[in-house]
Amino acid sequence: MKANNTTIRVCMGTGGIAAGGAEVLNAFKKELNLAGIKANVEKNCSMHKVGCRGLCAKDVLVDVIINDEKTTYQFIKSDMVPRIIKEHIIGKTPVIDWVVGEDYHTFHEKQFKVVLSDCGTIDPEDIGAYIGVKGYEAAKKVLTSLKPEEVVETIKASGLRGRGGAGFPTGVKWEIAMKQDSKQKYLICNADEGDPGAFMDRSVIEGNPHAVIEGMIIGAYAIGADKGYVYIRAEYPLAVERLKKALSDARKNNFLGKKILGTKLNFDIKVKLGAGAFVCGEETALIASIEGQRGMPRAKPPFPVYHGLWGKPTVINNVETLANVPCIIRNGARWFASFGTEKSKGTKVFALTGKIKNSGLIEVPMGIPLREIIYDIGGGTESGKALKAVQTGGPSGGCIPADMLDTPVDFESLAKVGSIVGSGGMVVLDETNCMVNIAKYFLEFTQAESCGKCVPCRIGTKRLLEILGRITKGKGEKGDIELLEKLSRDIKAASLCGLGQTAPNPVLSTIKYFRHEYEAHLQGKCPAAVCKELLTYYVLEQFCKGCGACLRACPAGAITGEKKKPHFIDSEICIKCGACFDACKFKAVAKE
Amino acid sequence: MEKTLEKILGEYRKNEGNLISILQDIEDSFGYLPEDAVNWFSARLDIPASRFYGVATFYSQFHFKPRGKNIITACCGTACHVKGSERLINGIRKELDLSEGDDTTKDKEFTLEKVNCIGACSIAPVIIINKKVNGKVSADKLLKELRSLKDIKGEGK
Repeated sequence: MKANNTTIRVCMGTGGIAAGGAEVLNAFKKELNLAGIKANVEKNCSMHKVGCRGLCAKDVLVDVIINDEKTTYQFIKSDMVPRIIKEHIIGKTPVIDWVVGEDYHTFHEKQFKVVLSDCGTIDPEDIGAYIGVKGYEAAKKVLTSLKPEEVVETIKASGLRGRGGAGFPTGVKWEIAMKQDSKQKYLICNADEGDPGAFMDRSVIEGNPHAVIEGMIIGAYAIGADKGYVYIRAEYPLAVERLKKALSDARKNNFLGKKILGTKLNFDIKVKLGAGAFVCGEETALIASIEGQRGMPRAKPPFPVYHGLWGKPTVINNVETLANVPCIIRNGARWFASFGTEKSKGTKVFALTGKIKNSGLIEVPMGIPLREIIYDIGGGTESGKALKAVQTGGPSGGCIPADMLDTPVDFESLAKVGSIVGSGGMVVLDETNCMVNIAKYFLEFTQAESCGKCVPCRIGTKRLLEILGRITKGKGEKGDIELLEKLSRDIKAASLCGLGQTAPNPVLSTIKYFRHEYEAHLQGKCPAAVCKELLTYYVLEQFCKGCGACLRACPAGAITGEKKKPHFIDSEICIKCGACFDACKFKAVAKE
Repeated sequence: MEKTLEKILGEYRKNEGNLISILQDIEDSFGYLPEDAVNWFSARLDIPASRFYGVATFYSQFHFKPRGKNIITACCGTACHVKGSERLINGIRKELDLSEGDDTTKDKEFTLEKVNCIGACSIAPVIIINKKVNGKVSADKLLKELRSLKDIKGEGK
């Protein structure tokens, strides 16, 4: 029996591999060999395709496509593979028990995929697969039939704005670079995705690295650069590996190197690994880092587009921005501009995470109400607990409270409510999250990552963190909230680079919408029961079975009680480590 | 050691690298930046060692002390944070008996590190044990993993 119309796709992104994707793929290879069936076993990176619960620690998503009929399985482990092969691939009857549920489909319905359209359907390590979906056609078209000015005009007309956070119009940036009279120009792809809680760029590179390379070729042609760099985080080993493979394949096919596709364009791309400094996402710091120095920002102007890498005109574009470029060239500026709002065109990729049911990578048209993202795509909170806020834009962004979920998600609307689109992190918080703790978390991050060059950021973030620290410890003083606000405004006004200018945003927005939580902390209470120093643990007698698990787990000897009788926690001795809370199987330990 | 350093130097010259790429190669080869290695490069390239250290101390990727055999990396991204990574980290510290300010156990078997975010937020909280990404980690699961690593060490003796 032959089954050569069968394709099997196994999710092999960082998440898929962590869930055992490699084992599942190997199991398919082995079992299919035994069964003597021909099928393409593709490695299929698809964080976005598996954004539903399928991508949890032990689970893998698998597509089985027979004669164009696709069945998607969830929670697949290697030992489940033989049954799929026997019943579905040989027997032609899908294993219904393991097929994805309703929420997998609703997850996709409201999305619109431009950048991610091929991510998750093609093998990212096969240049042939990318060429098969019209890959590199845009580059060919540009190089053989368009002038650089025409490329710039198309990108300008599309309304594409930088997806790295600031939202500067890409076409305008290219135009300035194009007009610089310099023999040497550089194009840098910024893949130093440092925002905690964001993984759009990683997934794009893991899922479709050639789209980014093609975007860079087009950009290089438009601005007249012959050297490009991808500055990528070393914390993304899989993305680095796939990118390097893609670059080498592109060179072999003459998409990179000398006289690309027989034209006059010479362009090659080098990979530069970041060394773990968040501030290097800032363009002047990134340039310093590529030059081998400490990655500290400098004052702008002059902007890199006039005076960049080694003093030459340099364009720095984000991964997602560049991945949009081939789509715009292929489908036209008008097509791209037909999505989104008046000032924010196109789509945006978001990493939807935190306390959300369908956590994953999504792509939506700009301007979609936040509520649709959270409830229609995300499926609401994971635990069913009440949603408290959505944090967007990472450490530079802010929180949007639950009663403002109808805010449209675009550059202008989010800025109006005190947050930002940023690079695209979207972390959902529920009622068990403490907003003061969240603000402190982000300040810990920015304070540690402040490069130290300018005083407002170096010392200001430290002072902010100290104040937040004492508030969460119940030692806040009267006037602390006002002090936080004033200091925040000063830091924003006086810092040198984007890091300092935005670092106080999480504090300001949590105070704006959750001032009552700050006030409660000043009175010695943490409403969400998160801040350790303000907690008391106690036993709910009606649930306690007297099993003694908490007593054994307690490192401080604060728990007493006889077997089979309710136990007691002595709050004087308790060190609030939470060991009893973790140890209790009957949910009899509570905190407030 | 000398041979490894020569090789790194060769790569550096061939690829027009920079200070950071040298430091990254040293770190890859030795697991940290041995002072001798930095001084060797400083002499060979006629660049003051202070420049190397100026750069190395700026970036969190570089280490100045030898690290343990097993590297445990705790992700401290936002998604991991809201899902309780801090409690997991405290659990690891307790299990490995790490005192305040220490990251490596006295027997040099384990090193605990934090990373800002590895971008596997949909399977938060994430703990990486010897390069293997573990998602949706619970305190129980984590302790089991750690203890099995400790057992391997015990059997080796």
